[in-house]
Amino acid sequence: MNNQPSSKKFLAWFNPLGRQPGSWAFILSRITALGLTFYLFLHLVVLGRLAQGPQAYQEFLALAESPIVKLGELAVIAAVIYHGLNGIRIILTSFGIGVAHQQRLFYASVALALAGTVFFGIRLFGG
Amino acid sequence: MTEKWNITLRIYRQKTGELPHFDDFAMEVDPNEYVLDAIERVWAFHDRSLCFRHACHHSTCGACGMRINGVEKLTCITVIRDVTHNGATLKVEPLRNFPVVSDLAVDMGVFYRKMEMVGARAVLPVTEAEIEHPPATWQPEDARYIRLSDCLECGLCISACPVAATTIEYLGPAPLAAAQDVGLRRSPELLTIIDSEDGLWRCHSAFECTAVCPSFVDPGRRIMNLRKQAIGLKLTKLFGKPGVPQP
Repeated sequence: MNNQPSSKKFLAWFNPLGRQPGSWAFILSRITALGLTFYLFLHLVVLGRLAQGPQAYQEFLALAESPIVKLGELAVIAAVIYHGLNGIRIILTSFGIGVAHQQRLFYASVALALAGTVFFGIRLFGG
Repeated sequence: MTEKWNITLRIYRQKTGELPHFDDFAMEVDPNEYVLDAIERVWAFHDRSLCFRHACHHSTCGACGMRINGVEKLTCITVIRDVTHNGATLKVEPLRNFPVVSDLAVDMGVFYRKMEMVGARAVLPVTEAEIEHPPATWQPEDARYIRLSDCLECGLCISACPVAATTIEYLGPAPLAAAQDVGLRRSPELLTIIDSEDGLWRCHSAFECTAVCPSFVDPGRRIMNLRKQAIGLKLTKLFGKPGVPQP
């Protein structure tokens, strides 16, 4: 009957309603992982264009200067910082270290990711 | 004079062969009552076909676990005032990740079998229990005193676990916490059950189990500790040294 576990229910992973900070960390970790995987493919496609010669390279450089691409790069930076820090949090707690502080570790990961994003955002857009 | 609230109880309904739907029941309640009291009143005065599980009414049996406004709760200790407000709707649903038997009652059979599989202890010597303010040293004779295990086997942790939502094969928080309580030092054979594809490594550290546990079992912490025990046992097996780290 309804309500049973199923492999199709992985979308429920992304529903934060009624959930706790541990789940928010879990959800953010998956979203950033998917984003970074997508970025990796995009990166390889762009690098492939560079092999097409100097003109393609110049076109790419012009594209890389556009605000939308810069915003995308900033999103990648934010995802990398958060995903990396949360990974450290998971490693620590998986070895029984700081389990009682896992929520604070999540908040710290988000705060550091935000601070890093602001720092690199100023570097990217500040000229 | 008793305070009165008018709320709507929106209850999940599903009988065999039927599609699930919600029935609304307008109720006058004392906000200091428990959610289970309101559900019982629906059964008593509005709809005798409503099916739900309950027994002790004081959070010992673990039978009345449901989702209240989307969050797993033991309804017998969930005060209406804490989960809704006057004039609001209170949504009551069965636990997730269990087959629905009828309305709010779910089939816990697979879960209970997993608890048995890991040798979950219903009672344990008080000297081994995790209690507040234990004495500095236990006397040998204290071991004759036993107490109930903290885990009520209510299934709230299974319902809240995002990994349990995707596969029924995953052992789940309560059985893994029970395995930690038994300990690999006492039962090293447990390693073959927990150190598996659907065992302790499948936990993705969302810690929802700990957040919803009504009995302070803290399954999240216990799963992490069990990982430590498992690594310790595997290392000692590898290097031929007997014994595993203490929990």
